[in-house]
Amino acid sequence: MAKAEKLQVQGEMKEMRLQEALREALRYEMARDKRVFVFGEDVALFGGAYGVTRGLLQEFGDSRVRDTPISEAGMVGLAVGAAINGMRPVVEIQFCDLLPLCMDQLVTHAARYHYMTGGRISVPIVIRNKFGTRPGGGPSHSSCNHGAFVHFPGLKIIIPTTPADGKGLLLSAIRDPNPVLCFESHHLYGVKGPVPEGDYTVPIGVAAVRREGKDLTIVTCGGMILKADEAAVELKSKGIDVEIVDLRSLAPLDKETILKSVAKTKRAMVVDEGPMVGGVTSEIAAVIQENLFSDLKGPVVRVGAQHIPPPHSPPLVEAMIPDVDRIVRAALRLVEGKKPS
Amino acid sequence: MLSTAKREEMLRMMIKLRAFEEKLEELYQKRAMYGSTHSYRGQEAVAVGVCSALEPRDLVASYHRGTGHLIAKGADLYRLMCECMGRLEGYSKGRGGKMHMGDMSFGFLGNTGTVGATVPIATGAALAAQLRGSKEVVVSFLGDGAMNQGVVHEAMNFAGIWKLPVIYVCENNLYAMTVSVEKSIAIKHVAERAKGYGFEGKVIDGNDVELVYAETLEAAEKGRAGGGATFLECLTYRWDGHFGGDPGTGYRRKEEIEEWKRRCPIKRLKEKLIAEKNLGAGEFDMMSAAVYSELDEVTKRALASPMPAREFDLDSIYARSEVGHG
Ligand SMILES: Cc1ncc(C[n+]2csc(CCOP(=O)(O)OP(=O)(O)O)c2C)c(N)n1
Ligand SMILES: [Mg+2]
Repeated sequence: MAKAEKLQVQGEMKEMRLQEALREALRYEMARDKRVFVFGEDVALFGGAYGVTRGLLQEFGDSRVRDTPISEAGMVGLAVGAAINGMRPVVEIQFCDLLPLCMDQLVTHAARYHYMTGGRISVPIVIRNKFGTRPGGGPSHSSCNHGAFVHFPGLKIIIPTTPADGKGLLLSAIRDPNPVLCFESHHLYGVKGPVPEGDYTVPIGVAAVRREGKDLTIVTCGGMILKADEAAVELKSKGIDVEIVDLRSLAPLDKETILKSVAKTKRAMVVDEGPMVGGVTSEIAAVIQENLFSDLKGPVVRVGAQHIPPPHSPPLVEAMIPDVDRIVRAALRLVEGKKPS
Repeated sequence: MLSTAKREEMLRMMIKLRAFEEKLEELYQKRAMYGSTHSYRGQEAVAVGVCSALEPRDLVASYHRGTGHLIAKGADLYRLMCECMGRLEGYSKGRGGKMHMGDMSFGFLGNTGTVGATVPIATGAALAAQLRGSKEVVVSFLGDGAMNQGVVHEAMNFAGIWKLPVIYVCENNLYAMTVSVEKSIAIKHVAERAKGYGFEGKVIDGNDVELVYAETLEAAEKGRAGGGATFLECLTYRWDGHFGGDPGTGYRRKEEIEEWKRRCPIKRLKEKLIAEKNLGAGEFDMMSAAVYSELDEVTKRALASPMPAREFDLDSIYARSEVGHG
């Protein structure tokens, strides 16, 4: 990952994977706040399908770290109730394809409680889940539906990319008085980086500039940060200087950072692993053109997934989701003033 | 009592199911198949006993551990193998993988990676059978883990109130991934829940293929005659890990695994047939060798078959005309 963003911390740092950094946040907050408890399928004995909760059972006991039946809708509903009655539940949903099972509790109840009760009740829950399209996952196991949740007011949505953000954002999420959906990228779990020790938070709703440049802004999130970064390196060799804005939060959206960057570069591309139709790319493109239309040197370009279900076979997956080449080609066309293909 | 020929057929089918999983594991190790395996080894008697008792027009719906149901219901091994390998000639053209298939030509309603999701679908197919007066019976295979999904409860209630011709075959292999049934269900046998929906629930030895056959036959006859749904809790065990790469030992005792291996459904029928002098040991070996070599041949062909093109096909999302049934 690019070096542009310096961690704003003093004190000790530890090198770890995103997976471990998320665990650090859970451990830290469970030790500090007795109200925090964790539940989900295979999270206790097994330590979670992706190892994020490994060791928590041993450290905090089976009252606060619970394996559950396969009951996603119930899990989210119970979390809402537990939160209303004074706890701070953190639920693991094994992958984002299962979020549709929880829709009613999540978007009609958790997200609306505070508003619909006239501000009398808040719902401090965190729903962690994995997302990412890859071969072999197929139509029920490898979606990127994060963009769909932007539609629903009342939810906060975070997508950590670096391990430091994994810890910092998750810690903020647990402390937040609202329901927070945390999307964890399949492609990033294993990526290592320095993570500050101790009480380290990253505010929800603040994007990060990962790489500075003057010719073009790429706005992206999640696993696509890796491809955007690779594309930026390649574009640099072709004389194009790319700035990368990592959203980190989809809701609230940090319009200020996005617009500041695009106002400088005057060219914008939005890259996302989710479908372009009705998704992250369409929302951000709209925000950019509404605010900066007359400053732009070209249309806001979108590079996202095709509007198909995530397939199983490798060539079909490759055709569906953005790759470095697609990003580079789109950037070249934009800079050369050609219409997006 | 079942004929020797029928029992030999079931024995051969169980070997086929097992051989398929072993081949898949080999291909998984070589990264020639995509996604995870979900081995059916150890549970063969359920799929084979159930499907052998059905008529060709009857339907089944399956789940993530679905290869056994597919083969036992009549899937073509080559096309199934191709699908696992993401090949164009697979049942789903490489789009779905082994967890996402459906083909009404052999009565396969579909399977999916979302636990429990096919249970209402199977129940709806049973509703259609009732409405059409087709005398079809629908089998809904599900794991013990699926019993705690909301839609499963809703579907079973429908089957109860509308007396639908559906058989819920719950393969209780004692675990859902790493979580034991004891931890996720507060009653001893999930079959007890059937009573709450208003139909019969039975707990049976899922490693006894002849028993599974007989119980399915009885439930199917009842369903066909308008007697409504049946719930069969088949006690069984998966020998392997939950998915490829899971040794299956972190959350299960070695002795438990060994004990269940001794209850091997294939060994059981084989020994019985041999004791009755209806099968020679040599015959069994030949039967087994033939199945394994058929799979080798199928695998070779699948490996040589084309991958889909690196294209997305937006036209494939919507159907242009009604397909599937009929
Ligand atoms: C709705 C849903 N939740 C979670 C998962 C992840 N998962 C896949 S298989 C499985 C366990 C299923 O157990 P069971 O139904 O008993 O079937 P078995 O694997 O034992 O055959 C889990 C939790 C999923 N695929 N779908
Ligand atoms: Mg099970």
